[in-house]
Amino acid sequence: MSDQHEHRTPVAIGSVSENDPHLQPAAKNPQTVEGVIAATFVLGFLCMAGFGASFWVNAKPWIIAATMGFGLFFLGVGLVAWGKYLMPRGPFVEERHELATGQADRDALAAAIVERGGGVVQRRKLLAGLLGGGLGVFSIVAMFPVIRSLGPLPKGTLFHTDWRKGSYAVDQSGRRINVGDLAVGSIVTVFPEGTENTDRGQAVDQTVLVRISNENFTTQKGRETWGPKGYVAYSKLCTHLGCPVGLYEQELQLLVCPCHQSMFNVTNGAIPEFGPAPRPLPQLPLYIDADGSIRAQDGYDQPVGPGFWERHRVTKS
Amino acid sequence: MSDVDAPTTQRAKKAAEGPYGKIGQTINELDDRLGVAKGGRTFMDKIFPDHWSFMLGEIALYSFVILLVTGIYLTFYYVPSSALVIYHGSYLPLDGQRVTQAFDSTVNISFAVRGGLLMRQMHHWACDIFVGAIVVHMARVFFTGAFRKPRELNWTIGLTLLILAIGEGFLGYSLPDDLVSGTGIRIAYSIMESIPLVGTYMAFFVFGGNFPGTATIPRFFILHVLILPLVIIGLVTAHLILLVRQKHTQFPGEGKTEKNVVGTPMFPVFMAKTTGFLFIVAGVTALLAAFAQINPIWQFGPYDASRISYAVQPDFYMGFLDGALRIWPSWSFMGFGHTIPFEVFIPAVVLPGILFNIAYLWPMIERKFTGDNEIHNLLDRPSERPKRTAFGVAVLTLIAMLFIASATDLIANFFHLSLNSVLWAMRILTIVTPFIAYPITYKICQELQGIKGAGKRKTPNVVSRTEEGEYLATPTPVYGADAPEELHPTPVPTFIEVEPEEPVESGVRTVDR
Repeated sequence: MSDQHEHRTPVAIGSVSENDPHLQPAAKNPQTVEGVIAATFVLGFLCMAGFGASFWVNAKPWIIAATMGFGLFFLGVGLVAWGKYLMPRGPFVEERHELATGQADRDALAAAIVERGGGVVQRRKLLAGLLGGGLGVFSIVAMFPVIRSLGPLPKGTLFHTDWRKGSYAVDQSGRRINVGDLAVGSIVTVFPEGTENTDRGQAVDQTVLVRISNENFTTQKGRETWGPKGYVAYSKLCTHLGCPVGLYEQELQLLVCPCHQSMFNVTNGAIPEFGPAPRPLPQLPLYIDADGSIRAQDGYDQPVGPGFWERHRVTKS
Repeated sequence: MSDVDAPTTQRAKKAAEGPYGKIGQTINELDDRLGVAKGGRTFMDKIFPDHWSFMLGEIALYSFVILLVTGIYLTFYYVPSSALVIYHGSYLPLDGQRVTQAFDSTVNISFAVRGGLLMRQMHHWACDIFVGAIVVHMARVFFTGAFRKPRELNWTIGLTLLILAIGEGFLGYSLPDDLVSGTGIRIAYSIMESIPLVGTYMAFFVFGGNFPGTATIPRFFILHVLILPLVIIGLVTAHLILLVRQKHTQFPGEGKTEKNVVGTPMFPVFMAKTTGFLFIVAGVTALLAAFAQINPIWQFGPYDASRISYAVQPDFYMGFLDGALRIWPSWSFMGFGHTIPFEVFIPAVVLPGILFNIAYLWPMIERKFTGDNEIHNLLDRPSERPKRTAFGVAVLTLIAMLFIASATDLIANFFHLSLNSVLWAMRILTIVTPFIAYPITYKICQELQGIKGAGKRKTPNVVSRTEEGEYLATPTPVYGADAPEELHPTPVPTFIEVEPEEPVESGVRTVDR
């Protein structure tokens, strides 16, 4: 069987004679190797049967997985060994084609595009311009509504939380927090009443309530009335990437974000003392009403959470 | 027909079948209609060069096959919805909890669906193997110069596949809607928000509103199971078509030239080996799934934006970004009426942008420096290109340091160090080590160039010391009767005359073989 292809050398794999050493297996003792490969195939076969049986009887997941894994592994090893040791060892050679097709073909293609195509467009500039304009307008006009429809506009949602003047602070089960509830040094996550079970409440309104002392506590100048009876509240959203600032180091009075280890000191207005967070956690002004419930004097005075382009816009109040 | 005619008929039948029987007939029928005989023969004879490092791309390809198969299985049971349900499944610790349907169905796949946990764990392990294999495969292509003309386009496609694979990994990681993956989405949202000018709108349009948004899970699902896989399949196909069209690269060696390919033929040798290798990759993935637990979401619990677990770690391919976010200082910009969160934007957007762009442009950059516009089918040994190799090692060192930096808290806990000292150590190491890695690699490459036969497979040298204290290295004398006979590739190649090198002058004498 001679090979008719011009690009292939006459002595490639198809035309070597039957006794050519290239066609001999690589193994020096093919009989032994064949035995070993047969053994791995038997192992693979048994594992596969075991896989079928264990799946049928709904055995423990790891047994199903292990029988399948070992089955595939043994079959694979046997097949690779078969190819490597018992099939023609070669090496064989194959010539590469020249990828380039030559200058004549290139010129012909370029001529077809430039002369034929270009000529058509050049003579009908008006049509080409109108078509291009129409498609351009279509893509711009069509794309904007498409992109716009993907989600609501941010508007005020990033700037305000659901904390309002007089909001009750409740825990995750909806229970109002009373002034006697927290011992000094303890901490609870609170939400404005009614949002504790909503996505937005959990994602945006989440607030850490810490009791620092028994006395009114001032964290920063101008916040003299914000920490009645030692209760102070900060947004739980890390100002770095918005992870919940979920760890409290009681001795050092630090709130720690487990994501990237930003640490905020609760006694001085949650100024970041360590880590990549750029801003203090916003503080929520609190008061204690006649019944002893912890309530918000007002909403946060700035956007909570990580930074964004428009964040600066509302530092008004 | 009478009995006498029977043998004649059979013989006639046999003659009509031709010398190759049923298979020959099938080929005849196919070739009549499709004209596949010539191309099919060429394909069967296609030569694949043998080198262990050419296997890395195969690992990537086969782990992708595993991802498709296990992924299809998972879509039969997974519900892409953030609607809330009360969990009443077979995992009792979660009984009665309010969870999303996504979480509920994923726990059910793990405990109630037969073989479901196996499929989930195989899917996750195969994903980690997929991304890892692509990275190592790319490193091989980079260090051996396989990206040079004419293969620049395939380098670009491969790099795009890496980015898509990382994206697919992140999307899939997010789908179970558990506590850890939910935190990952939160971080991704904030990173998108940090982009100047358009970030806020981008985040709102991608996630369908302010975080968390109910659109996230369904959108991530369709991207994860349809859109990105289609793009990946398309690009993988293009990658392989280009590989067949341009043929493999090969390391220089006896009989190997720029104009040929030396190795084993497609059928039957390569086919047997590569199919066996597919089984091995699948088998190892299944064994990992059997014995190494991955992503036990039932232990993390459902996502709740106000909760978090300690030691939040992403999958390994996100590690370098996480590390960069940790060690980058808290420099935020405020002014001109706007905020630019540089503390997020630079490490999470600009840094990977620069790294991937350098990688995309590398074939061009190198051509600019070397002025080399030739077609290359023979590979470089990394030591032959000290500058390229040193640059690659420096970049990999940088990425490795960023990766280690994503574990600052674990390192501090494990070695009982202060978090602050670990952080500063990682900041310094990340900046300094690439500049140390470059000259060291450069020097090693230069030294290797001076050693004849370095990198070739060989028997060990026997190092002996003379009475004067001089060290001698002599090859082990195995080239006797039991030495394997080396065959030359057919057709017999021209031999390159190699002159024996002069011994190095210092106290160490190398003995040429």
